[in-house]
Amino acid sequence: MSLKWLRANWELYLLILPVIAYFIIFHYVPMYGVQIAFKDFIASKGILGSPWVGFKHFERFYHSYYFWRLIKNTLGIGLFQLIVGFPVPILLALMINEVRVKRFKKFVQTVTYAPHFLSTVVMVGILVIFLTPETGIVNQIVQAFGGQSISFMTEPSWFKPLYVLSGVWQQMGWSSIIYLAALSGVDPQLHEAARVDGATRLQRIWHINLKCILPTIVILLILNTGSILSVGFEKVFLMQNDMNLESSDVFATYVYRSGLLGAQYSFSAAVGLFSNVVNFIIIVAVNYVARRVGSTSLW
Amino acid sequence: MGETRGDKIFGIVNAVMLILILAIVLYPLIFVISASVSNQLAVSSGRMWLFPKEFTLVGYQKVFQNREILVGYGNTILYAVVGTSINLVMTILAAYPLSRRSFAGKNVIMFIMVFTMFFSGGMIPTYLIIKNIGMLNTMWSLVIPNAVAVWNIIIMRTFFKESVPVEVQEAAMIDGCSHTGILLRVMLPLSMPILAVMTLFYCVDHWNSYFSALIYLTDRAKFPLQLILREILIQNQMDKMAGAATSLSEQIMYGQAVKYAVVVVANLPVFLLYPFLQRYFVQGMTIGAIKG
Repeated sequence: MSLKWLRANWELYLLILPVIAYFIIFHYVPMYGVQIAFKDFIASKGILGSPWVGFKHFERFYHSYYFWRLIKNTLGIGLFQLIVGFPVPILLALMINEVRVKRFKKFVQTVTYAPHFLSTVVMVGILVIFLTPETGIVNQIVQAFGGQSISFMTEPSWFKPLYVLSGVWQQMGWSSIIYLAALSGVDPQLHEAARVDGATRLQRIWHINLKCILPTIVILLILNTGSILSVGFEKVFLMQNDMNLESSDVFATYVYRSGLLGAQYSFSAAVGLFSNVVNFIIIVAVNYVARRVGSTSLW
Repeated sequence: MGETRGDKIFGIVNAVMLILILAIVLYPLIFVISASVSNQLAVSSGRMWLFPKEFTLVGYQKVFQNREILVGYGNTILYAVVGTSINLVMTILAAYPLSRRSFAGKNVIMFIMVFTMFFSGGMIPTYLIIKNIGMLNTMWSLVIPNAVAVWNIIIMRTFFKESVPVEVQEAAMIDGCSHTGILLRVMLPLSMPILAVMTLFYCVDHWNSYFSALIYLTDRAKFPLQLILREILIQNQMDKMAGAATSLSEQIMYGQAVKYAVVVVANLPVFLLYPFLQRYFVQGMTIGAIKG
């Protein structure tokens, strides 16, 4: 970088300065502030002035009743979501890609993308309305077939399936956009050649389409795996209630309860830091494996 | 083209399955809209299952008589407009320098930004910072801490890089145009489609968010619509809502009507814009996906 270049381009730095300031203040200062996890935070002394206590809060958390429950729930929801929620958009994209009638294709896309725009509050609200005991439409159907009305929202065993399946309903279309974009880049000549060789449509989807979008799938798989511990807190929190807590309590909701509602700042910061670090390790590990096994990786 | 019989059957099976998916996605949406204009007795007894029965607008009446919903609606519009404006300015300010090939320090700055996608200080330290700055219980706590999204910067930068020819930028520079001049007079006018996408993405985010408001706001008069919705839909606080209803059953009926109506009203703006903007946002998603 020469002085001459700098003189001609100093404006670029001026332009990006507010953005850098933003990232420092609202992302890196909190990262620095996470040191309260190793301190006993005293409001009057501030973050820097509070006394160090080492791993006290981590040990307390590790020995608490909540530790394994949070691990079990967070991982359970995350894995369930990965196994059910990840393949569906790929399948949907492959199916939409096979539609030859343009208008039908467009219609399917328009409709399946739409639920993405519902807010989390509305999404959970619709769940509550539909699953109301006795009068909700789902329980009306259950009762019509002679079943007992089920209290879906308060039954712990229903929490995870409801969370994951409603997520699939809401996001499958939107998540398929990326795969559809990748599919549109598939060379038609490959299909031509395969057809001459007598390949069926299913064979061509399997050997050509799926293969062509494999890098995209791997990248998204890494990203999804990386966020396994940060499961959609906003939605979990809304679906949570005292009755289903044993299967719905995850790291983030616990941090919120003990930290912001219970004002145990240091302890909850430790819990939050623990889950962030584990998350980070997972994403680095998955990326490493992906780079070793295939040729695609994030970095 | 000569399709075999197996291929034709495949096409039919595929179409049938897609129609099934369509039904699954559409049914809840249609049900909510129909229920919002039906007699709630018909809804809760199962007589209304697809199309409205015993048409009534009582739910909407109650919604528009409710001050909290209206105030929340107004707040949300304010937050969305202010927030989206900040988002757009910040995204552009970051994307333009990063799109310049010769921008020294590009990789370092990129790393600083992308790293925050994978690691963060967490909820508590962030909360304490917001508190220390004195943003608690102000509109700024909702629009400043998420002033820009890294993913959108990447999309925007890629668009600048791929879609506006370097020659055009260099020509402007030779003509004595400053960087700010190029950005305002060359880049932005050529980037309208991507700006539309960004506006939609950011706007929807603000419209739908409730969590920042939940932790940072305490003053009910400042609550956005989604927090009010949460009380109505999920926490079932509708005593005031049912208003002058005489009997308990009537109150429950009104409550149900309000729930359906409020869902429709809350999503109306997004769904009205949706068909017009769909073309753009697919474009935006794909730019980010393929070249990001």
